[in-house]
Amino acid sequence: MRNFISNLFKHNKKTSSSQCPVFSQDKTTTRVDEEKGAKQILDKKQNRRSFLKGMTATAGAGASLMAVGASNLIDKDAKEKAALKWEEFFKGNYRVMTEDEKKATVKRLEELSRINNNQNVSISADAPLEGVLFGYAFNISKCQGYGDCIEACIEENNLDRKSNMQYIKMFEMDHGKLNVESGDAAYFHQVPKDDKFYIGTQCMHCENPPCVPVCPTGATWKEKDGIVVVDYDWCIGCRYCEAACPYWARRFNWAEPEVPKEKENKNQHYLGNRKKMKGVMEKCTFCVQRTRKGQEPACVEACPTGARVFGNILDPNSEIRYIIENKKVFRLKEELGTEPKFWYYMD
Amino acid sequence: MVRNFIHFCSDSFKYSLSGKNLYHVWMGTLTFFMIVGAFFYSKQVTHGLVVTGMNDYVSWGLYISNFTFLVGLAAAAVMLVLPAYIFSDKDFHNIVLIGEGVAVGALLMCLAFVTADMGGPERAWHLLPGIGYFNWPESMLAWDVLVLNGYLALNLFVPMYILFQRWQGKTPNKKVYLPFVFLSIFWAFGIHLVTAFLYAGLPARPFWNNALLGPRFLASAFAGGPAFILLLLGVVKKFSNFKVDAQIKSKLALIITVAAQINLIMLGSEIFKEFYTPTEHSISAFYLFFGVGEHNALVPWIWTSITLNIIATVTLTIHKFRSNPKFLYPSCVILFIAIWIDKGMGLVIPGFIPSPLGEFVEYQPTLVEVAVSLGIWAFGLFVLSVLVRLGFAIEQGYLRKNQNSN
Repeated sequence: MRNFISNLFKHNKKTSSSQCPVFSQDKTTTRVDEEKGAKQILDKKQNRRSFLKGMTATAGAGASLMAVGASNLIDKDAKEKAALKWEEFFKGNYRVMTEDEKKATVKRLEELSRINNNQNVSISADAPLEGVLFGYAFNISKCQGYGDCIEACIEENNLDRKSNMQYIKMFEMDHGKLNVESGDAAYFHQVPKDDKFYIGTQCMHCENPPCVPVCPTGATWKEKDGIVVVDYDWCIGCRYCEAACPYWARRFNWAEPEVPKEKENKNQHYLGNRKKMKGVMEKCTFCVQRTRKGQEPACVEACPTGARVFGNILDPNSEIRYIIENKKVFRLKEELGTEPKFWYYMD
Repeated sequence: MVRNFIHFCSDSFKYSLSGKNLYHVWMGTLTFFMIVGAFFYSKQVTHGLVVTGMNDYVSWGLYISNFTFLVGLAAAAVMLVLPAYIFSDKDFHNIVLIGEGVAVGALLMCLAFVTADMGGPERAWHLLPGIGYFNWPESMLAWDVLVLNGYLALNLFVPMYILFQRWQGKTPNKKVYLPFVFLSIFWAFGIHLVTAFLYAGLPARPFWNNALLGPRFLASAFAGGPAFILLLLGVVKKFSNFKVDAQIKSKLALIITVAAQINLIMLGSEIFKEFYTPTEHSISAFYLFFGVGEHNALVPWIWTSITLNIIATVTLTIHKFRSNPKFLYPSCVILFIAIWIDKGMGLVIPGFIPSPLGEFVEYQPTLVEVAVSLGIWAFGLFVLSVLVRLGFAIEQGYLRKNQNSN
């Protein structure tokens, strides 16, 4: 149904080919229709912007009235906070923001963090790098199921400690089967265990992500470097994407997430590990705050066995590229046509 | 015209406030449930959806179950509209307003259930085309927003126009409302098909990802919806001097029967596919019908639903029973309950169990969810009561514009 409709309305939509999609350059460049779509939205946004301008002006008038009447009663931070929150509430979808708008919202969020938590965080709005398409490989032979990756992910990405949110799932497998459905994700004993092996899952950052088109507000999308992201501030919390993901990679904030102040990772990205709020969706972003600066994701860095490999699959000299070209790799649920950029292999 | 319309609205409002004691008791009870629901909803707003039984495994629950069922109820109005306006069936003409009232009530409940299910209802404006980012035509949910609101507008406009004219003592102009009636007929099929596609379009959930889902939604809706309307007619007959023609009842009963039969055939075909050659994708069906290991929370639900469904369908199929109100009305009640279970506990919930990675986490609705759901049902019935009473009062000529006042 989805493909049928996409084909109806999008002439340039890529058709899924039997070829491995990641090595064809054209997939990574901006699709023509995407550009057109953004333009249309930008045109529309003029309306929205002028609408919002009006709203902000009204708010400004209200705020200044309050300021005249009660300037001594309301302290400066509270006033600033109210103004920032108001502007944040009426901002647009991140994917159609201009560079200036992105900078402005990031600044507001940093300021709000200072006022709310007395915490100086640095939120980046780094764009995808040119000529980069991220991919991930997982060596089943090496993984021993220690779970250091899970811990590192929680700390790096400021995941809710109260509900013990985890992006990575680790399955303990019996020999003779390779489907994770038969694995046990609740194992709790000393590892490695004889006669068992381990498979980790997380967001596969599909080239053809089923979670993206279902979003009614376009709050989740695939970036040019292949990372599937969520604009937390734009998400309305309908959880359709969570139902649509075949890899169970999305997590919802059922309550206000809690991260102890001293544990908060202050190096943040707007689309990555900044603090989330209740009622919005989040997911693995390949540690966008790290990887767009040339670092590896936290899970890769934390893995004591070297089972995790991350890199730019467009770079012919990268390790990830070597693995895909020389190892016998497979992906989960390939029959669904999602084209995950997350490969499994064995030595 | 505008003054007239305001007068019409105020007359309608005044009429809705007056009534017999029983009416006030009924509306008071509904109001009580609405207030209780609002109280529990406020808890959900404060603490988040964590107060529900939902989680990352079963991420839709009682709210979306009810939503799915009620879309069917709303669509069922077409089963009165179609014979009344297209085939110019006089019998149906008298009760078509009831169908439209049911549609409006059901749609308002749908919108309320979706809102109750949202993590950030205050950000719902992000959906508005122009100022937000409406992901249409990609998202089936965007389609659903479109068709549900469109259907609501149609079902508000047509009866309002007709009643407004009648209230003024004029004859409604067919040229004005008939095009919208035609549109609403197609639209009715649209709302339920789109809602079915919302599920059927997800390859991640094999239990939903089947082509029969849409047609089955329609069949069950055209059984359950008219069953509700038939019961409503019984209530109207009991509490007013409106004569419900025996012809209408038998025609409606026939519609219900045929739809229920088709629904059962489709159910049988689904069961065959899942259990004759079970694959990895049949596991949700196994969980639903028989339980897997110690996980069997839905087993009593589905067997209750199937048993009730078969009892009602068989009873309705036998001509002697169908024409006897002593069997007809209970069968309708049974069928309605069977289909409500079938759409929620029998469809939405098992789609999530096990998770796509094979983990079994079961779902139980919490008190908050039950209370909010009851509150929304009370709200829908409240609206329905007002609309149906008003419709009859104007159609029967009790409520007319005061000629002297103009």
